[in-house]
Amino acid sequence: MATRSISLLVNGRRYEREVEARLTLADLLRHELALTGTHVGCEHGVCGACTVLIDGRTARSCLTFAVQVDGCEVTTVEGLAPAEGELNVLQQAFQDHHGLQCGFCTPGMLMTLTELLRDNPDPTESEVRDVLTGNLCRCTGYAGIVAAALEAARRLRVQQGS
Amino acid sequence: MKPAPFDYHAPRSIEEAAGLLASLDNAKVLAGGQSLVPMMNFRYVIIDHIVDLAKVEGLAGISVTGAILRIGAMTRQRDLEFSPEVAQHCPLLREALSHVGHRQTRNRGTIGGSLAHADPAAEQPTVCAAHDAVIEIASARGTRRVPFAEFAVAFLTTAVEPDEIVTAIEIPLWPAGHGYSFHEFARRRGDFAIVGAAALLDLAPDQTVRRASLTLCGIATGPLRMTEAEQVLTGKRFDRGVAQAAAAAVKAITPVSDIHASAGYRRHLAEVLAFRALRDAAARCSARI
Repeated sequence: MATRSISLLVNGRRYEREVEARLTLADLLRHELALTGTHVGCEHGVCGACTVLIDGRTARSCLTFAVQVDGCEVTTVEGLAPAEGELNVLQQAFQDHHGLQCGFCTPGMLMTLTELLRDNPDPTESEVRDVLTGNLCRCTGYAGIVAAALEAARRLRVQQGS
Repeated sequence: MKPAPFDYHAPRSIEEAAGLLASLDNAKVLAGGQSLVPMMNFRYVIIDHIVDLAKVEGLAGISVTGAILRIGAMTRQRDLEFSPEVAQHCPLLREALSHVGHRQTRNRGTIGGSLAHADPAAEQPTVCAAHDAVIEIASARGTRRVPFAEFAVAFLTTAVEPDEIVTAIEIPLWPAGHGYSFHEFARRRGDFAIVGAAALLDLAPDQTVRRASLTLCGIATGPLRMTEAEQVLTGKRFDRGVAQAAAAAVKAITPVSDIHASAGYRRHLAEVLAFRALRDAAARCSARI
């Protein structure tokens, strides 16, 4: 079995691994790096639970091979909180607005909204709903997630004094 | 692990990539991976060698020369969606991209990958058909240019041979002020279109149709230019009645029937979406002398 050595930054920490070409980034994160916050749902790019940031852009980690992110910077849900036991603004808004029930889709939701709020600090509800079409939630009916996203955007704008 | 084992190659140049494809058995090009990797995860396809184009120099980029928009095959859909050149010169492509998957897949997916995959419902090939794009294809045997009409050959099959690589897409531009519109119907936003319609119109100041292009997707194995409807429009003064007559002309199609929709429903959607696309394209025309 042909393997390749890869080196990547995950949440600011450098990892070097020898991987099989067919290993997905999702499986690398979960099985090799013990970062199990990234969830694996459909494994064909539909559900969005495995969404991570690759070089600052959201991507399906189930549709990306680990060998493709050699030299890249990956951010997972574990990289969001400022410190152990704390929540960032978006995560706190999810808690406040009941943006999760079972929690399975939450990591993907958070990564998708992290990108949105970075690129568009004042999104409309329809812009929030448009990016969330790429993340399925079977519990909440999305209302709490949309409310949390809009509230997080508001809090971040206040925090940044704009 | 989901996919069957394969060897991974990351060439740095077109020559190196073409050399790999010419010498390896059962090799497949990986672009953005948003269609190929699901098929690998399902083991619909089992590949021995993946040739990843991500590190090949010079395959991504957007440029306008004269009346041609040239897009490198590895240009990510997200970069096209936010490109000022695309918005200014080829707004139909920009509008169509908003229907392509989701932001998370457009971040990785490429225009060349979508063309080479050739899903019957895909929006980017539909824009290529509407604009009479030319596809540039390279191999160790040289480079050739294929008009889009000869590119889509059959279901998920293109003119690209196993040792060839799509390297660029050249889109002949319509004059400034032309009208454009892309409409599609899908069960959920971002899903595959059941039917889509792309319209381009060039209207004279008195609303006479100088040139019309109408293309449907989701009907057959590839995008379909509705030449009969285009003939109905050309030379006429555009109004609601002419748009309805052109849309009615698309009912002659014989759509596919599958689990998602019957042929009859697709035919109905085709007429409705063709009308809406023509109506909106006309409304966006800013007349020029």
